[in-house]
Amino acid sequence: MSEDVLNMIKENVIQGRKTSDDEAIDEALSGTPGVLELMQSALDKKIPPEDIITKSLTSGMQIVGEKFSTKEYFIPDMLASAEAVGAAMDMLKPLLEAANVETRGKFVIATVKGDIHDIGKNIVAILLKGAGYDVNDLGIDVPKEKIIDIVREEKPKYLGLSALLTTTMLEMGAVIEALKENSLRDNVKVLIGGAAVSDDYAREIDADAFCLDGFQAIKVLEEFEKAGS
Amino acid sequence: MPREGILVNNPLTRITDSQVQQIHEASMNILSDPGLLSYNRKAAEIFQDHGAEVTDVSAGGSHCWHLKIPERLVADALSAVPKTVKLGARNPDNALIMDGEEPRVYFITGSETNIWLDVDFPAYVSKSDATKEIRVPEFHQRRGTVADLCDSAHVCEHLDTVDGYIRTVNIQDKDITEDNKDVNKFFASLNNTTKHVMSGLTNLNQMDNVVKMAEIIAGGKDKLKENPIISFITCLVKSPLQFVDDTTETFMDICQRGLPVAVSSSPQAGTSAPITEAGIMAQINAEVLAGITLGQMVNSGTPVLYGSVPVIARMDTLGDSYGAVETSQYNIDCVQMARFYKIPNYSTSGVCDTKIPGQQSSVERLFSDIVVALSGPQFLHCAFGLLDCNSIFCLLQAVLDDAHFQRIKFFLRSPRIGGKDLADMQKQIKDVAATPQKMFISYIRPVMRRRELSAPYPFEGEGDSDNVFALAYERLQELLARPVEHIDRETTAAIFRNIPGLLPRLNVYEEGRQ
Repeated sequence: MSEDVLNMIKENVIQGRKTSDDEAIDEALSGTPGVLELMQSALDKKIPPEDIITKSLTSGMQIVGEKFSTKEYFIPDMLASAEAVGAAMDMLKPLLEAANVETRGKFVIATVKGDIHDIGKNIVAILLKGAGYDVNDLGIDVPKEKIIDIVREEKPKYLGLSALLTTTMLEMGAVIEALKENSLRDNVKVLIGGAAVSDDYAREIDADAFCLDGFQAIKVLEEFEKAGS
Repeated sequence: MPREGILVNNPLTRITDSQVQQIHEASMNILSDPGLLSYNRKAAEIFQDHGAEVTDVSAGGSHCWHLKIPERLVADALSAVPKTVKLGARNPDNALIMDGEEPRVYFITGSETNIWLDVDFPAYVSKSDATKEIRVPEFHQRRGTVADLCDSAHVCEHLDTVDGYIRTVNIQDKDITEDNKDVNKFFASLNNTTKHVMSGLTNLNQMDNVVKMAEIIAGGKDKLKENPIISFITCLVKSPLQFVDDTTETFMDICQRGLPVAVSSSPQAGTSAPITEAGIMAQINAEVLAGITLGQMVNSGTPVLYGSVPVIARMDTLGDSYGAVETSQYNIDCVQMARFYKIPNYSTSGVCDTKIPGQQSSVERLFSDIVVALSGPQFLHCAFGLLDCNSIFCLLQAVLDDAHFQRIKFFLRSPRIGGKDLADMQKQIKDVAATPQKMFISYIRPVMRRRELSAPYPFEGEGDSDNVFALAYERLQELLARPVEHIDRETTAAIFRNIPGLLPRLNVYEEGRQ
């Protein structure tokens, strides 16, 4: 019985259906419960959160990733699945905290001051959440002072900075300098992204990585995890 | 259900209604004075019987008649000519219905080239760094064969953008003669595509056999009438203003049988027609109308297409320049003239001047395929795979062409901007505006699943690489490996029993062939 629910959650992750209102690629699923309704059933049945994560959410996203790499799926499909997983993780968060189960890590993300472009940043946030990271999206035009405060308070493992323009990308360097001035730089990995930035620029401002997109961000984070940092 | 084609909203026009009328009047004047020369006696007699002024101007053993065609004869023909032409197909779902008043475009291959272009990808190693190796396409010309014709029909069958088939290559095998060429080219085409097949005829003596073959496939004489799986193209007028003897004879034979035929004229602005747009248009229109008039006098109501293959001369060689901008202008003008007469139009686009696939070929063919398609010809002879002004055919180019046909056909789809669509979108915009992220991405999927979004270019390389040719070649191999629905065994046997001259190797049911 538990296996049935877990399989249905997994299938709906693959279909990118957060709720019963969402369209399914497989028309037979249209109108049936989506991930959130099924999550509630799973929790009602006292299925352990770890099982939901490993047997439904992570394994479903793995298949979504495979479909994306074979070009059967496109980014909107990937995002729909990631959003469904992200919403499921929100439901599990209090249970995981109560059981002292750690997530893959806290990730604070922001578009830096002076820049209001956020499409790329939003996509990265959805994908990271779908990949199991605890994402705090600070929004757009975020001053470095606010970023410093959040890093100090929430102690994230990762900080993602986004900027589209050659003028605003300079602010990323200013944020890193401020982290250093506040003795926070060694506590957090800084990832940067955006149309104007590059690997070279990441090195120049002493960021830990440049990420072309959300998929690369996930890979970079996995490498950090493997390296134990 | 026949193929849908693409109905063009608000077709592109180049000339005004007044200019259309002026071209018509100029053509009428040309038909009555100077009129045409006919090197075909029967055609001259038919015109004379219907009231044209005909003078025997034969000289030096060459028979020739001078025809002065009154406007009344043309008007009678235009009132008799069908406004709708059906081009049938072995698979009835592939039939094409062409209405002279409706700008519904069908993309059809052709024409016949002598040269077949093979491609391979030899490796080249950098002189400065032996670890660096690239593969570069190399093209090799050779004479076309019947096996090539089968392959091109096979590929056409599997490309959904292509609505019908005109033979792409002249079959020049050693065992092909004037007497068996027609039956073999029609059989090779019909046996490898279930779409409509149009071709010219090499030898009128083969007409009976070609039609009999089509009747066997269609299921009888009446069935062929109902579902004309073959049609013909005839260039009976040699520009300027001359009915050619043999092609005119062939044309009249086709009309008598009531099979569909494209009445084509292909003047070259600068040599066989005036260099100005006004001049070539007045002349080509007169030439096509002369052919249509003859056809209706032979058999009133016989289905014809207003065929136009106008071209401008290159100033460096005085050869044809199909890649020139003017050539597309003339074709659009012809589409408008055909629509004025409410006759389905056979128009030409996509032919390029260059000899190999590449950037020039892409620019020339894409430009003319877009602009001419926008004008809404019913039968768009879209130069699938053609290079070097109709002299060379390359299957790799054909697969590349399919990619741009997809884009053009997508572009020509009707816009979906109705009251409900806009009401739904206002709600969507309001809903998204109220969210913190303000993104519409979650609404993409249903639209994507309904195939309402265009596909990316299919031969896009990874990263910075340009592997268009190699990827198109892979696609070509994949298409050739797919099975094709041949004519069934029993019908094939009947064809081989009844039609002389067919090459045994074309019988796919012979031992060891399938």
